[in-house]
This record gives sequence, structure tokens and C-alpha cells, in this order.
Amino acid sequence: MSQKLEAKNVNVFYDQTHVIKNVNLSVKANSVAAFIGPSGCGKSTFLRLYNRMNDLIEGFRKEGEVLLDGKDIYAKDLRVEDLRKKVGMVFQKPNPFPKSIYENVIYGLRIRGVNNKKLLDETVERSLRQAALWEEVKDNLKKSALALSGGQQQRLCIARAIATEPSVLLMDEPASALDPISSSKIEELIYELKTQYTIIIVTHNMQQAGRVSDTTAFFYLGELVEYDTTKKIFMNPSDVRTQDYITGRFG
Amino acid sequence: MSHLEVEIKNLKSEMLEMFLLVKSQLEKSKESLVRLDKDLAREVLVNEKRVNGFELKLDRDCENIIALFNPVAIDLRFVLACMKINSNLERIGDIAEGICQFVLNIKLEPEKKLLEVTRMLEMYDTSILILKEVTEAFDKEDTGLARSVFKKDEILDEINLNANQAVADFIRNNPDRINQSLYMLSAIRKLERVGDQCKNIAEEIIFYIEAKVLKHKSKEQKQE
Ligand SMILES: Nc1ncnc2c1ncn2[C@@H]1O[C@H](COP(=O)(O)OP(=O)(O)OP(=O)(O)O)[C@@H](O)[C@H]1O
Ligand SMILES: [Mg+2]
Repeated sequence: MSQKLEAKNVNVFYDQTHVIKNVNLSVKANSVAAFIGPSGCGKSTFLRLYNRMNDLIEGFRKEGEVLLDGKDIYAKDLRVEDLRKKVGMVFQKPNPFPKSIYENVIYGLRIRGVNNKKLLDETVERSLRQAALWEEVKDNLKKSALALSGGQQQRLCIARAIATEPSVLLMDEPASALDPISSSKIEELIYELKTQYTIIIVTHNMQQAGRVSDTTAFFYLGELVEYDTTKKIFMNPSDVRTQDYITGRFG
Repeated sequence: MSHLEVEIKNLKSEMLEMFLLVKSQLEKSKESLVRLDKDLAREVLVNEKRVNGFELKLDRDCENIIALFNPVAIDLRFVLACMKINSNLERIGDIAEGICQFVLNIKLEPEKKLLEVTRMLEMYDTSILILKEVTEAFDKEDTGLARSVFKKDEILDEINLNANQAVADFIRNNPDRINQSLYMLSAIRKLERVGDQCKNIAEEIIFYIEAKVLKHKSKEQKQE
């Protein structure tokens, strides 16, 4: 199965407001898709469909299908906890818990009742290494996560997201609050991680979208205007709205 | 207008200046050859330094836009096209200079008969016309006009092909004019390359406007 994620005729409403309009979009396994578009166009809403983070929002309603590995993730018999284990998420603002670095990484395992010390230790090291943070914190794992810099906190959140070994990683503007060096570390990381994960990243930074993604989706007013290889979108977009947006000529 | 749009607009107007400068060099080289006007030929040589300087400046401008503004889509294609067109124009400038070097080397005004049999003036006028047309195509973003260049270039090819025989015949009848005849043949070869440079320019114009890459396609495909 090469399509990891599929959305078919998806509509989303918040009460009466129609915020996602009949979107069809597939993301291949082990690729990086970037979602771009002006503020309020529905990128985060669409991203949150993949781990059912919208479910708790008042007035949220969805039509159409969202499939992970060909299975409907909104099926009645599916447990949201199981879905979230497979689909990790990293937010715009780093949000570590006020706990040690170690406890932050294994948070997901703890709540699932894993207490095997050896397994937890291994998970901490593996996740921190993958998140390119291990070398910086390996001697201070008991230190509070809140004492880390913003860029380190964000990599810690990535480590936390991958500790449960998901196969999909959702990132909503993961580098927008970071300095250029931390931001480029996150980009490097995305590049490394895609061998193991399918990644979707929402970003307002066009250059970043160009650098990290294989495919790019341009959303506008809840519509998916264009979805194509990133090269095509940035060299020769088909829709004039995409061109106006990425060249900064919008409205 | 965004800062990038202003930069792109300035780049375009400077490119147009470069087009005009090179066209004027080519026109002056023609005048200097036809009238054996050595002063005018020297003027072209002096101006050639300006063409070279202008080329460097435009290249730097393009590099700066890419480095500072990260242009994408049509903006990126435009800047990339400008870099190539710029170097095509510089080569046309070299061609005008090269012909003026001949003018300084030959002693007698070119024979009317020689100009006639080699169709030198027609060659010159066609290459200047082609250059004018790509200039206009660039200015007005007119890919139809850019495409018309591929057809006109065939005239240059044809004159160039006939020139060998024409010059050989002329030398047989005017053995005292060997030098001049050979220079003329060389000038025709050079003008044939003006056509090639203009075709490259037309391809770049079509690339940046339509995002179609025409390089290495046959003539029939290009004219579609
Ligand atoms: N909790 C909510 N309740 C009601 N409407 C919402 C809610 N969250 C978002 N919306 C509306 O849904 C639309 C899409 O919002 P969304 O946050 O998905 O946009 P976005 O593309 O992520 O924007 P940004 O780039 O600013 O993050 C907007 O019109 C927004 O006002
Ligand atoms: Mg958002």
C-alpha cells in the first residue's frame, strides 16, 4: 500500500461554517507533505483530522472519509488512543510537561502502563537520538524540560511524539517560534525522519516548504486549490491563485 | 507593489537597456562594414566594454534577487531566464565587435558585387530584425512573437549555406579580393550565430512565460 493517508470528499463544518470544502488528498508513505495557505484557510483543521484532534471542538462535524493505511480512522470500532499511537503530533509552540526530560519522552508509554526500566531507558535514548537531542542532554536526563531552550524543547516534543513509534507525524508550524539554527535542525530532522515516518507539516515559510517536502498542498478558503510535487508547485504552479500566494502577490 | 516586484521590474527595464545596447552595436557594425567606416568600428569596440560591464552588473542583480528574495514560480523562472538571456546578448555584442575588427583590418571598401552575391545586407537586416523581435517579445511577454523567430532564423541558415559557393565564385573572378572575401565569409558565419543566440533568447522567453522547456526540440515541435 503506497498511499499512507487518504482523504476522500472531506468536508468540515464548525457549526454552520463550512471550513473544509470537498477535499481529496493522498499522502504516500515515507514522504513529506507540506500544507500551505493564508491564515484561516483550514490547514490546521485539516491536519487535525488525521489524529481526530478536532473531535472535541464544539460544533465540529465532518463528512467524507479519512483513511490511514486504507482503514477509516473515524470508524465506530476504532479507539482514538490506538489512532494517536500511530499518528503523533508536534505543535507550533513547544509544550513540554513540567517534568524531567526523561519523563517527557516516555510520557506516552507511562500512560499506557509501561514500567519496564530497560525498555523505557532504551526508548529515551532512541527517541532523543532520532530527534537529534541526545548529545545535548544525555548527561542531564533528570533536568526539568522547562530549563531547555525553545529549539531544544521543540526537539524534545518531537522525541516525545516518536517515542510511541507512530508511523505518521503531524507538525503544525513546528519551527515558526524558533531561531534559524534551531529551525534548520528541525528541517534536517524531518529529512532524516522521513525514512521511517510519513510526515505532514503545516508551514507559513515558503522556503521551508520548498526545502523539506516532497509534495505541497495549497489551501485557500477551505478548498484544496492545488496539490502536486513541491518542485512543480514552486517552479510552475498550475493555478494562478497558487502562484499569487507563493510569489507574495496575494490580495 | 512588493519589494520583489519592484526588483523584478527594475531588472526587466535594465535587461531592455541591454537589449537596446546590443542592438545598437549590431547596427553600427553593419554601418561600419558597409561604408568601411573605421571610426564607427572603433566606437563599437569602445562600447563593447560597456556591454561587458552591463552583463556583469545584470548577472549580479540576478544573483542578488535569488539570494535575498528567494523568488519562486514565475519570478524564479524570470530571473533564471534573464541570466541566460544576458549571456546570449553579451555574445551578440562580441559578434558585433568581431565584425568591427575585420573592418579595421580591411583596406578597401567592400565590393558592391561581393555584398550582393553573399546577400550580406539581407543577412544583416534579418539578424537585426530577429533581435528586434525577441526584444519586443521579451518586453511584451509575447510568446507568439518569440516563436516567430524560429522560422526567420531559417533565412539566416540558408544565406549562410549559400555563402561558401558565392564567395568561392567571387574569388575566382576577383583574385585580388581574396582577403576581403574571406573576411566577408567570416562575418556571415558570425551573423548566423546571432540567429542562434536569438533562438536561445526566444526559448528562454517561452520558458519563463509558459514554463515549457524547448531546448533540444525539433523546429516543428518548437513552433507548435
Ligand atoms: N475551534 C474552532 N471553532 C470554530 N471555528 C474555528 C475553530 N478553529 C478554527 N476555526 C475556523 O476554521 C477556519 C480554519 O481555521 P484553521 O485554524 O484550520 O486555519 P489555518 O489555515 O490553520 O490558519 P493559521 O495559518 O492562522 O493557523 C477559520 O475560519 C477559523 O476561524
Ligand atoms: Mg493553523
